[in-house]
Amino acid sequence: MQGIRDRVAVVGMGCTKFGELWDNGVEDLIVDSSFEAIEDAGIEPKDIQAAWFGTVMSGMTGQVLTSALKLEYIPVTRVENACCTATEAFRNAAYAVAAGIYDIALASGAEKQKDTGFAGLGAAGGVGTFVEAPSPPPVQFALAATRYAHHYGLSYGELKTTLARIAVKNHHNGTLCPRAHFQREITLEQAINAPMIAWPLGLFDCCGVSDGGAAAIITTPEIAKKLKDDYVLIKGLGLTVGGMQGQLQDWYDFVHFEENVTAAKVAYNDAGIKNPRKEIDLAIVHDCFTITELIIMEDLEFSPRGKAPEDVAAGTFSLEGELPVNTDGGLKCFGHPVGASGLRMIYEVYKQLQGKAEKRQLKKADIGLTQNLGGRPGSFTCAISILGKRD
Amino acid sequence: MAGIVSYGAYVPLFRLGPGTAGWMAPGEKAVASFDEDSITMAVAAAADCMNGMDRSTIDGLYFATTTSPYVEKQGATTVATASDLRRDIITADFTDSLRAGTNALRAALDAVNAGSAKRAMVTASDMRLSTPRSEFESLFGDGAAALLIGDDKVAVNVIGSYSIANEILDVWRSYGETVVGAWEDRFVQDVGYRSVLPEAITGLFKKYKVEAKDFAKAVYYAPDPRRHSEIARRFGFESAQVQAPLFGTVGNTGAAFALMMLVAALEEAKPGDKILLANYGDGADAAILEVTEEINNIRDRRGVKGNVATKKLLRDYQMYASWRGFVELAAAARRPDMVMPSASAVWRERDKNIRFYGVKCKNCGYEQYPPQRVCTKCHAKDNFEDVRFSDKRATIFTYSMDYLAPVGDPPLVIAVIDFERGGRAVTMMTDRDIDELKVNLPVEMTFRKLFTAKGVHNYYWKSMPVRM
Repeated sequence: MQGIRDRVAVVGMGCTKFGELWDNGVEDLIVDSSFEAIEDAGIEPKDIQAAWFGTVMSGMTGQVLTSALKLEYIPVTRVENACCTATEAFRNAAYAVAAGIYDIALASGAEKQKDTGFAGLGAAGGVGTFVEAPSPPPVQFALAATRYAHHYGLSYGELKTTLARIAVKNHHNGTLCPRAHFQREITLEQAINAPMIAWPLGLFDCCGVSDGGAAAIITTPEIAKKLKDDYVLIKGLGLTVGGMQGQLQDWYDFVHFEENVTAAKVAYNDAGIKNPRKEIDLAIVHDCFTITELIIMEDLEFSPRGKAPEDVAAGTFSLEGELPVNTDGGLKCFGHPVGASGLRMIYEVYKQLQGKAEKRQLKKADIGLTQNLGGRPGSFTCAISILGKRD
Repeated sequence: MAGIVSYGAYVPLFRLGPGTAGWMAPGEKAVASFDEDSITMAVAAAADCMNGMDRSTIDGLYFATTTSPYVEKQGATTVATASDLRRDIITADFTDSLRAGTNALRAALDAVNAGSAKRAMVTASDMRLSTPRSEFESLFGDGAAALLIGDDKVAVNVIGSYSIANEILDVWRSYGETVVGAWEDRFVQDVGYRSVLPEAITGLFKKYKVEAKDFAKAVYYAPDPRRHSEIARRFGFESAQVQAPLFGTVGNTGAAFALMMLVAALEEAKPGDKILLANYGDGADAAILEVTEEINNIRDRRGVKGNVATKKLLRDYQMYASWRGFVELAAAARRPDMVMPSASAVWRERDKNIRFYGVKCKNCGYEQYPPQRVCTKCHAKDNFEDVRFSDKRATIFTYSMDYLAPVGDPPLVIAVIDFERGGRAVTMMTDRDIDELKVNLPVEMTFRKLFTAKGVHNYYWKSMPVRM
């Protein structure tokens, strides 16, 4: 099998503001983010030869995309892979270009979540027996938090403080990001004492529900060279899909997410990364909940097993730290429109690599990683991308 | 000759009583939780009755109640399926009367004597309602009893019976009404209960030439404590002979009342004891029971005693009122309405959802729930045998508490539990105190009602801390 390293370039990206965008329908989210990407790439819409459109709950078939952008009779795949949807759209577009079938492709992700009238994801409805224990995402990840504390011998207070540090960090980063949904500092005390959502996770341990869209223009390095100097190369891609192993197998520990580990190994191998903590300059990860970011640090080999709390306390993952994580505020503060998040993560890495990350700009940003996660502890889909500066 | 070969009972965990804010009556009564009904309570009593038994030997199931969840859909088939009985059995519902429990008992005895069944289980269960602050409300309680009738290793023989059919509108519930109605007290007591129950007991005594002193215990329905002690005085039963009615601890459990008191009597009974059993409702049934040596072989039951002793007092009446639909409390967050479950999906998943069947892989031996086509451990395809998980004990592996879910007992506790002999499931937990939750807590499964949508009741199993 041939890897993906250096065979595909990202030459333009766009991202709307994320938030409660009452004035925007899904069409607006697609138009704003896609045209920003098209203009950034220096191409025209008619140059797009194929597209992958990611959305979980905001429309079916590629027609949602083509009708918004007025793309005429090109192939479009509508992609859904839970919270990994946008990375999945990106990955499929990249493979199509790497395979030499298309020269210029669009990967778009958009989600309009604020029309349901309900807080949180996953409203009831549909068809079935409805006997499954209702465990919306906060509950699912709370199960990992309870077990993490038990497994590693953290007291309730130690767990809450560790998680609060992650929330405080991401909130701070969000204030430096004009497109983020939330731009407000919080204190450790506020995070620790926030109302319970799904014990032991409180309000500030949980990302909110947002609208948003993001997009990328993908092409070959040869064509990218003709369009701009500061294009970005895909160094590695990984996708792993679990199969309810952890929900059926009573030997699953609930303190690591196997899908992260296997997807990361594939992506690291592709990118030639041997020591992730040393070689990766920034990581934008799937902090749907603070506990998720904590465990991801260990899954991605940024911290040894059980040691992520220490790294969190030491500030390793802050903007000034050794390996900044979620420099744009993460899902927690930038927002989590499910079908768009993966591309927003790639957008932040792209901007950092180009030196265009405004007040969040890191001094060293040569290799960046995005990690996108959908599902529940015991059965996940994980998608990882590694991007690097050209040459 | 057919007789009782096993017994069981169930009393819900929760109580209204002194100490419950907004509760006026002096005694305690047992109240079914928001996720219980007469069917779920019958399943619990049946499980107690079948403790340690090969369930495949049971070929009849009767369900007796005045509060069946449906008017056209047999409750007995749900109880039989949740109890994991065979398909080729006789089932019937006995409804519409406080005497339904003893009606069903007679039918089971007759069925076994006639050879229609070898072992027929009678379940009697009720959850009667009355208007808040009414006297009936303070007297009624919720509960269930189960008696297994067979002709082999009989622990209690039924050696005589006498019945009266009586047409009277003293206490009744009309179609479409949720609360029980009654005519004036004087009429109800004088012309109803105080006249008819003694008529049946007297008729029984005359027919079999027995007297009050022949009985070790007198077990009989009564609408309230005063009427109950009147009967004792009238027939000259000594206080030691009178099986304590459950007023003040459980309450009058309607169609289940007489049978629950019988179970309480059997828990203490000795071989040779004669027991009078009398029940009232649209007439009266009276019977002479005689205990055999076999009674000592069926002692390991939770019965009435164990269930009464394990209880939790409700903090306020408002919680109970919301459970019964007297008042609708706002949920913590807006949530969409529940949708009716798909009947075809419910039918297809009946073994998994109602019998709570998992599977055991015949290749590697791993027991897993829910049933799989491909083994999660060794990936062998379609090589399984069914395993009943409903009576497997488990422990909590991890848990969370959802403070936003719109349930009758917030917060909703979700527990990942690991079963003895293997298997793991993500469960809703019920009848729990959040202060007692911890990793490794022992739990058992209990059959409950998840919700009702468009009049359709959705049943499933939840986990709960081991009751006793």
